[in-house]
Amino acid sequence: MIRLENVNKSFGDLKVLNDISITFESGKTNLIIGQSGSGKTVLLKSIIGLHDVDNGAIYYNDRNFTELNHKGKKEIRKEMGMVFQGGALFDSLNVKENVKFPLDMFSTMSEKEKNKRVEFCLDRVNIQNANHLYPAEISGGMQKRVAIARAIALNPKYLFCDEPNSGLDPVTAIVIDNLIQEITKEFNMTTIINTHDMNSVMEIGEKILFISKGFKAWEGNKDQIFNTENQALNDFVFASDLFKNIKKST
Amino acid sequence: MNLFEHVGKFSRFLLLVLSKPEKGKLFFSQIMKEIHKLGINSIGIVVIISLFMGAVITLQTAYNMLNPLLPDYLVGYTTRESMLLEFSSTIVGLILAGKVGSNIASEIGSMRVTEQIDALEIMGINSANHLILPKIVAAIFINPFLYVLSVFVGILGGLAAGYLTSTVAVSEFIYGIQYGFIPYYITYSLIKTVVFAFIITAVPSYYGYYVKGGALEVGKASTKAVVNSSILILLANVILTQILLK
Repeated sequence: MIRLENVNKSFGDLKVLNDISITFESGKTNLIIGQSGSGKTVLLKSIIGLHDVDNGAIYYNDRNFTELNHKGKKEIRKEMGMVFQGGALFDSLNVKENVKFPLDMFSTMSEKEKNKRVEFCLDRVNIQNANHLYPAEISGGMQKRVAIARAIALNPKYLFCDEPNSGLDPVTAIVIDNLIQEITKEFNMTTIINTHDMNSVMEIGEKILFISKGFKAWEGNKDQIFNTENQALNDFVFASDLFKNIKKST
Repeated sequence: MNLFEHVGKFSRFLLLVLSKPEKGKLFFSQIMKEIHKLGINSIGIVVIISLFMGAVITLQTAYNMLNPLLPDYLVGYTTRESMLLEFSSTIVGLILAGKVGSNIASEIGSMRVTEQIDALEIMGINSANHLILPKIVAAIFINPFLYVLSVFVGILGGLAAGYLTSTVAVSEFIYGIQYGFIPYYITYSLIKTVVFAFIITAVPSYYGYYVKGGALEVGKASTKAVVNSSILILLANVILTQILLK
């Protein structure tokens, strides 16, 4: 479980996050949605500690991440897995080495156990016979799946995904969404996904935080989103004719 | 950003880089990879430049020694002293600043803009230490070998040029390269080479590590890295020469 209490963040005079408070539950796919520039990437980077917040608190279960020293933060980071927008796979390592990297750095497993774990993770994201390939030699969808495999290699308690299906075709995007949801349930992780893809919201949005202009504008789930009176959320979710028609028909 | 801000930021960067590596075994294997990438892959260019440089020094010295009272062995002596004191350390250092420096800045810069560095940080890894310390250690280890190779190849190039153009007899040249030899000059040049190796790796890494933006900024960082590391090499050359040879 991750709990945010009155999180604020500014860059110079520009206030990007204003008093954000929410609880992201474990075993659920938690989504942060909002327009480009609304502050959702800053929020995600603040949660994982790539940005320091100005004030407020971020709790990982009962541990206040914002008050921890470098060593304490490092310990929590070992419990995190992250899937970046572009995959962020290491160019100089092949698929197997990328997934094995966190194990080489932090686990005390034997070489045989590490190889077994890599095989399991790659199998879990449906990648076979690609161990020797480098990131530049595989498709965008495969890169995302390898990134997920790397993120779950150390059995993380917390999984973060930044726009996991951007740049993917609709079919692959759904595959990635479902994979993240399945893994979240299977390992009972607290998963936070940053997205502006409405298909993802409708597919896997078990808990949704809508941010508008740096403020928490709405909180709910995919079923509640259809009946919301929130104008900013309605403008965002039902921007396309397709979704307007779906709303009318329901 | 002004000079003092850069100095402060660079100092903070070095504190991150020069901390204890996460895993000794992995660190050692990275050093081996970097030795291959930064050192072994540079042997070709070092050999070519040194060979021609030695040849040109020999020919220019020979053609400019118009006074018949000057002995021919001075050609060999001049070639040795030039290679030993300046060319094999400073000029090769400048060439490597271009080749290795641009490579490092663009590699680290690309990792920054594609979030690979963020990925390391999220895993709880000190990315500066993990990526850059092996490069610095590898260059400090391998560059003195490149220096020694350059001296030998340069003198060999001079000998070959003298022989092929009949400007100086082989025996005179060989006598010249042994004449008035001061072993301390090797120590002096090796110290310079080690300092230059640090500059060649640390400065481009700094520019690459703090890149913001995209491919255009990576290119700019790479250019800045080469220009500034070259200037720093020349500056360090003057300072070290004053300190070590006075």
